Amino acid sequence: MRVVARATQLKRSFSSQNTKVKVGIVLTLIFVAVAIFGPLLAPYDPSAQSAAQGASVAAPSLNHLFGTDQLGRDIFSQVLVGTRTTLLLGILTGLIATTLSVLVGVTSAYIGGLGDELLSLLSNIFLVFPALPFLIVVLGAFPKSGEITTILLLAFLGWPWGARVIRAQTLSLRNRDFITAARESGESNFRIIIFELLPNELSLIAASFVGTVLYAIGASVGLDFLGVGNTTIWSLGTILYWAQNGNALQLGAWWWFAIPGVIIALIGTGLVLLNFGLDEIGNPRLRDSNSSIKVGGRRVRPSDPTPVEIGVSSAQFGVPSSTTKRRDRRQLGIAAREVSVGAALQSPSTIDSNGRENSIATLVDANDTSTSQIEDSQRRGA
Amino acid sequence: MATSIDLVSLERPQEMTVNTQDENRRPLLSIRDMTVEYRGRGGSAKAVDRASLDIFPQEVVGLAGESGSGKSTLAYAACRLLRPPAVITAGSTIYGGGQFSKSPRDIFKMNDDELTSLRWKEIAIVFQSAMNSLNPVMKIGAQLRDAMDVHLNLSKSQAEAKVEEVLDMVGIPRDRARSYPHQLSGGMRQRVIIAMALVANPKLIIMDEPTTALDVVLQREILSQIVELKERLGFAILFITHDLSLMMELTDRLAIMYAGRIVEIGETQALRSNPLHPYTRGLLASFPSIRGARRELSGIKGAPPSPLDEIIGCPFAPRCSFIRPSCSEVSMKLEQLDRVDPTHLSTCPFEAGQGDFVELEKIKGGPDE
Amino acid sequence: MKFLLRRIGFYLIALFVAITVNFFIPRLMPGNVVDSLMAKYPTLKPQAQHALEILLGVGHNGSLIGQYFTYLHQLATGNLGIDPLQFPTPVISIIKAALPWTLVLVGTATVIAWVLGTLLGIFAAWRRGGFLDQILPGLSFIQATPYFFLALVLVWVLSIHFHLFPSQQGFSNGLAIGWNGPFIASALDHAILPALTIVVTSMAGWMLQMRNVMITTIGEDYVLAAQAKGLANRRVIFSYAARNAILPSLSGFALALGFVVSGTLLMEIVFNYPGIGTQLYTAVTSNDYPLTQAIFLVISVTVLVANIVADVIYVVSDPRARSKGE
Repeated sequence: MRVVARATQLKRSFSSQNTKVKVGIVLTLIFVAVAIFGPLLAPYDPSAQSAAQGASVAAPSLNHLFGTDQLGRDIFSQVLVGTRTTLLLGILTGLIATTLSVLVGVTSAYIGGLGDELLSLLSNIFLVFPALPFLIVVLGAFPKSGEITTILLLAFLGWPWGARVIRAQTLSLRNRDFITAARESGESNFRIIIFELLPNELSLIAASFVGTVLYAIGASVGLDFLGVGNTTIWSLGTILYWAQNGNALQLGAWWWFAIPGVIIALIGTGLVLLNFGLDEIGNPRLRDSNSSIKVGGRRVRPSDPTPVEIGVSSAQFGVPSSTTKRRDRRQLGIAAREVSVGAALQSPSTIDSNGRENSIATLVDANDTSTSQIEDSQRRGA
Repeated sequence: MATSIDLVSLERPQEMTVNTQDENRRPLLSIRDMTVEYRGRGGSAKAVDRASLDIFPQEVVGLAGESGSGKSTLAYAACRLLRPPAVITAGSTIYGGGQFSKSPRDIFKMNDDELTSLRWKEIAIVFQSAMNSLNPVMKIGAQLRDAMDVHLNLSKSQAEAKVEEVLDMVGIPRDRARSYPHQLSGGMRQRVIIAMALVANPKLIIMDEPTTALDVVLQREILSQIVELKERLGFAILFITHDLSLMMELTDRLAIMYAGRIVEIGETQALRSNPLHPYTRGLLASFPSIRGARRELSGIKGAPPSPLDEIIGCPFAPRCSFIRPSCSEVSMKLEQLDRVDPTHLSTCPFEAGQGDFVELEKIKGGPDE
Repeated sequence: MKFLLRRIGFYLIALFVAITVNFFIPRLMPGNVVDSLMAKYPTLKPQAQHALEILLGVGHNGSLIGQYFTYLHQLATGNLGIDPLQFPTPVISIIKAALPWTLVLVGTATVIAWVLGTLLGIFAAWRRGGFLDQILPGLSFIQATPYFFLALVLVWVLSIHFHLFPSQQGFSNGLAIGWNGPFIASALDHAILPALTIVVTSMAGWMLQMRNVMITTIGEDYVLAAQAKGLANRRVIFSYAARNAILPSLSGFALALGFVVSGTLLMEIVFNYPGIGTQLYTAVTSNDYPLTQAIFLVISVTVLVANIVADVIYVVSDPRARSKGE
């Protein structure tokens, strides 16, 4: 019962779409596409240097859409290849970390007691642990380490954030009636967690995943920028590393750092907006459509007294408005049923025929689709 | 005593005229044809549809109905406390008590200042959940005092004395003024919000399911306390609940709401002995009586219509055991249909024997003796 | 009280963990760290070498446990080692010189960002659908921007293009450090861009968070009750709504401190600002293990202290926290 209710809620909120979320989804999809197809579409090898005249630090042109760097390498190709590295890293970290978060968070809240205390202690320690300095130190010592190391380290340091939030929600859900009912009816703990708890936490888990991806991208970009990671692998942060090292600012080569930077910001924005949408699914109060209305041209604030707008009713009595088809059908269904029952019980001559015919006439006039319904029900009734 | 708004001569029929022959018995609050809509992207929902209700000084009026019938909406809308996306699209709510007794004003037309002077000093509210309606980070005493600061001009020591006075009235030890809400028991919290409502000596207190969350014993205590306070201080009460049997004992007059409309209204005794509307009869049949013969309980099959639906005719028709053709277009006006009692109004002429009704299924059980 | 005691206990454990991790960092480095140091900096004297061996755990100087306790003892006496690069400067004085720069800059900027962001968040929620809500996507964009990128942009625009502010270092060369006018003026001048970076980037985040919590809080019954009492709007917003909405924001503030430290690290490097971040970077890239180790420890301790302060503030603000254990 519960899952079905949530599923329809999800569907409804996607359909009553918010511009913010739409933009977020579009942005994210664009960059996922770039990540998938980028390296295939790159016109040059990003590491291909060119010592040709004027090839170094060239402004964007048709040949080089994003310009070239100090060594004549094509920045557009670097971006196309780098996006995949960065996004892949982010997503993998997100997957691993979120899995850990869910495991620890749910278990911790569900078990309670000493297990909960210990797990919470563990996640809290990671929370106060200064991750970036630690990463700088470790990666700095092992400069040849691959992406996998970074992914694992980031996931290892990043899971507590999600775990904390998920634990909090599991705690509040655990005491709800439907969980108690499931337990009483003998459902195994494992099944309860998978089939009862988790479906109700989906939007939170999704939001946590997106948040972790965001964090991973930010951290890896930062580390790559510092050059503590592997500088031979092209990522969006590495481009900025070369830009900083090649004195892009001083050379006035704005395209070298601005374009990759803006792209990173756009990826981040897409994810943040996506998270807005997920937040709103989980917390309906945040939805715009829920509480923001205009009366008399002025937006109504929570502090205002209930607005009074006499005579401007969008739900006119007696005349079904054509904009809300669903309402029409059901309304006519009721009226039709009532009419048909009356028709079944009374011969037309004994009732107030004017009144009855009037009502049908009004309905028919207003909406053509009603005729068949009324005919149907009359046929059934009689 | 002609004023710009003449409470007596509004278009409402008998109910008003009869009672106001006695000029001292003019209504405190007069709601007429109130319609409240909730506006959303996909359309709007009517939570209250042309409801009319009067509340006289010092009386207890009950507002009964199922969840979603619009009873809370009606009460809050009367004070203009509903949040967006609620909009009041028709009607008036005229208040003529306290400061406004010389010149009654329509609350729907009041400006911010008038509303502020109306709030709490004239009309106070006791919310449903005490734990949720108290600010968790403020001490009880402070919450009692801040209403006083707005509405009464008391010195610091006078205010503190008043806090103690009001706590005494509800039976809470004075030192609790320094506690936080989470440090009090459920029953105490409920008393606190009642005390809070009394602080500015209001003429009308709206009580929104004040005892629903409490156990029966506590319920009884608190209700008798409320009654006692009412006798002492002389305020009127609009009591909202879905517990009909409670209403029967407590209220002087009773209004039954269904799908946003008031379907029956009158003195409690009259409704009890002679329920006119089939819905009322159904409700009464659903509650057992402690005295009297055992009888089979019946519920009312089906569910109320969705507020998103535009309804033509009587909204109860689909669930009603009695029906006639004009049920689908009846105008839902409250009319005097009780042969004896002119203050007993209903929208359904069924019991009064007017119109042809066919009984689809006999309603089991009947009213109590 | 119980709450605070638990938290303090927790912080002691966390401190313990930080120290232990710190202890192990150089011991996990590849190769013989002291040898590589000696190779890099041949001017190191034998005593230094010996000290380093003890500090970094090279050679067989007794059992691991013994080394650990020696390390703890060294910490307790404030001996963080000698810096091989700036021999014979003790590591601790390097840190003492750099730390205030970071703390003042980061501390002030973060507090300003938090206050501004929170206030804006309150207003955005109260005036639902107003101007502030319209610029939300723009704010998300800013929030998604890495600290250092914004730093680069600001340097590009304000420093190189418009020559308004200096882009490097904490103060102009040649000035004497101390409480004198020219120095302070120069310091402020140099601090503006870094501070601006922090404020602009993090303010958006605080605002968004506060707005969301505030919207939920405004929907609570006690806010409606406050309005029903006829209280003035300002009182309802601040004493009833914001006062409650700020609680999760406060604890979030503490947690975010870890990230603030990290973010400013990168930013310091862009600006070549003489704080802890730049020092760490230099230390790591030049394999200066004693300094690296020490800075890491200092950062850990700073984060823990900040968290303690935030917890105290939380307990003071939420009466419910004082009664419960968690």
